[in-house]
Amino acid sequence: MMFVPGNNPGMMADAHIYGPDSIMLDLEDSVTMAEKDAARLLVYNALKSIDYGGTEMVVRINPLSTPYGKKDVEAVVKAGVDVIRMPKTETADEVRELEAEIVKVETELGCVGRTRIMAAIESALGIVNAFEIASASTRMMGIALGAEDYTANLKTPRTPEGSELLLARETIVVAARAAGIACFDTVYSNLDDMETFRKEVELIKNLGFDGKSIINPRQIEVVNEVFAPKQKDIDKALRIIAAIKEARAKGSGVIAVNGKMVDRPVVLRAERVVALAIASGILNEEELS
Amino acid sequence: MRNSKVVTLDEAIRRSGLKDGMTISFHHHFRGGDKVVNMVVARLAEMGFKNLHLAASSLSDVHSPLIEYIRQGVITKISTSGLRGELANEISHGLMKEPVVFRSHGGRGSAIASGVLHIDVAFLGASSCDELGNASGCPRSENAKSICGSLGYALPDAMYADHVVILTDDLVAYPNVPKSISACNVESVVVVDSVGDSSKISSGAIRDSKNPRDILLAKQAAKVVINSGYFKDGFSIQTGTGGASLAVVKYIRESMLEKGIKASFALGGITAHMVKLHEEGLIGRLVDVQSFDKVAAESIATDQTHQEVSSIEYASADHAGSAVHALDMVILSALEVDVDFNVNVLVGSDGIIRGAVGGHPDTAEDSALSIIVCPLLRGRIPCIVPKVTTLITPGKGVDVVVTEYGIAVNPRRPEIAERLSAAGLKLVDIKDLAAKAVAMIGEPDPIPFGDKVVGLVVDRHGELLDEIHNVLD
Amino acid sequence: MEIKNAMAGTLESGDIMVRIAPGDGLQVDLQSSVSARFGRQIKSVITETLRGLGIENAYVQATDKGALDCTIRARVTAAAVRATGKDVWKD
Repeated sequence: MMFVPGNNPGMMADAHIYGPDSIMLDLEDSVTMAEKDAARLLVYNALKSIDYGGTEMVVRINPLSTPYGKKDVEAVVKAGVDVIRMPKTETADEVRELEAEIVKVETELGCVGRTRIMAAIESALGIVNAFEIASASTRMMGIALGAEDYTANLKTPRTPEGSELLLARETIVVAARAAGIACFDTVYSNLDDMETFRKEVELIKNLGFDGKSIINPRQIEVVNEVFAPKQKDIDKALRIIAAIKEARAKGSGVIAVNGKMVDRPVVLRAERVVALAIASGILNEEELS
Repeated sequence: MRNSKVVTLDEAIRRSGLKDGMTISFHHHFRGGDKVVNMVVARLAEMGFKNLHLAASSLSDVHSPLIEYIRQGVITKISTSGLRGELANEISHGLMKEPVVFRSHGGRGSAIASGVLHIDVAFLGASSCDELGNASGCPRSENAKSICGSLGYALPDAMYADHVVILTDDLVAYPNVPKSISACNVESVVVVDSVGDSSKISSGAIRDSKNPRDILLAKQAAKVVINSGYFKDGFSIQTGTGGASLAVVKYIRESMLEKGIKASFALGGITAHMVKLHEEGLIGRLVDVQSFDKVAAESIATDQTHQEVSSIEYASADHAGSAVHALDMVILSALEVDVDFNVNVLVGSDGIIRGAVGGHPDTAEDSALSIIVCPLLRGRIPCIVPKVTTLITPGKGVDVVVTEYGIAVNPRRPEIAERLSAAGLKLVDIKDLAAKAVAMIGEPDPIPFGDKVVGLVVDRHGELLDEIHNVLD
Repeated sequence: MEIKNAMAGTLESGDIMVRIAPGDGLQVDLQSSVSARFGRQIKSVITETLRGLGIENAYVQATDKGALDCTIRARVTAAAVRATGKDVWKD
């Protein structure tokens, strides 16, 4: 998920050419108060006009408690955004409040249910309420960590190793999995230190995150490389899936690969590896059939 | 010293026998820092010359004083590879009666060698020269101040002009060896304060583009190179100097190291990037018609395997031994590419001349694989278009076009398309790219061209390729 | 509709800076590096956007840096909203 400032038309015009899975146009922190109105119009018109291909479009709105939040919702829902990202989410009620705002606009447009919600958790209270937030609405598609505000709230600095974020990260992964939605890690802002960035991406992948937020196209390649499944894992997953097909064809309930019993979690993991391989462009969907 | 050829500029001009209507020539190795053209033409104007044909290897922003001499009738005809800045703007609006003749570097070399472009007097700036005229673009004393490295574009002039005047700001003791221009071809040597502004001749350090779009284009182009079928031990390569084409070298280098592949030579304008790979042992020889930066100029001065070549040896279509015939791949930029793969590198989308033909058509035609790196849009300017504004490089020599919205392969090269597809690169039809540009920015209005011909594009074989018309306001 | 002086947009590449002032009829003064090919189109986007907002009298000064039509619409709307004090969104 690539962050793009909502008041920069040059960057908004071709953000999708770098191949991020999703683009988050930002109306919140990267836009000054004096430009909130102009950025909202810019994001509205960009979403309506620019062909972003299949890229998932997310807009980070201002909190509903500010004078901008409700107008942001109206504008981006009218523009047909895929996902609204709510910043600084602390309670499930806030999610439901946003949902109500979305429903208002969607009812007017006659498209109720179109817009999904992602909640960014950026405080200790948000982490404590993570599962309630994650399961607050059927529109919830994911939760994300916002580490800058979170560490400020904890009264601790951010370190390169990220030990101060460990609990938050694990909590978010667990809450997301429990609620059956996706989870995304925070941004890493030092563009000149690709080494530490790579380590962080490896860490969060192993923790179970589905993706990483990025601030520059240069970071995309690293994320894709880390998240792309290794060839031996793909081969193994393909063997498992082939064995399942064979077993089903025979009507056999027991599936074995290389003499080992394959149980359900293994099958699920294999399917996930294949899906990732297709998403990373390593496997071709047509070749699978 | 006995037989010294050192004289004043006035005396050199008198001795040359220059008359009204004759052809004078210059090289562009001092690029944006050149002082020779303006200095010599100013003196010729003061001496009352008229109707001169100025045949330069290229002209740039710094040559805007020529506008006045064109108005006065001192210069009435120009042959060049490129035009930029105010001079280009004025000429595009119809400043000259006679159209400017544009040739490629190889085409100019051929035309000079064959006599089609006959030079009466060549005024050639040199970074160092001795009293008999052995001249070089390399520094040979502590006083050297205007260093340009290779003098490749000046060599045909030195060999074929009737009369050759060297201008230098560093007169050194005889013999100035190794020389680029031989004393045997030189009639006069003129010592001047400065032949060029060194800060504008070449940039110092390697600057890697941080523009994410350039990086994307470069990575895609590198993937094309690596999977083209030509990327194998002993391959040869040339790159342009745009941000994206420069960055391509960086990504090819990674793959060369990984796969243990080495290049036999790099050709053309040589940059610090190429010198780095050469010094690492990844490129065997550097064949240098123009040293693009300080690092390249320093390398050619000291490294025996970094060889200067003339524009004839570099890119002539008429000489079977010219280096482009041995070139495997070239990576070039473009102002516009059309749906027939024709390329324009000379005239802007507003109809105003703002570039140079350079070695583009020479290398595209003769290399085994030519790759054009070009964004679909520059701001609101479309770069993949239904038809190029001006035809410079015919599409039959252009194999692959790399844009940020996909890679298009010329249908004449199905085997390359096959290899790239097999490597997982997504190919697009160039017509779809042109349509996408229109979908994004709308259909541009036609350029307001007038009826006057202000430029003629002559191809490298001497045939008229296209006409450039004046722009109306 | 009463109009005050207002502006929106920047001079960054891909953007357009739009100034709106009171005027008689719609008059657009455009500066653009692509005016030869797109000047007509840019001006018509500006006037259509203003008319869509019910503005028939305004003097517009636009400095374009290669903006796409959607950006032009956004900047003109922003400048118009600021000039009239009347937002396009509900409160």
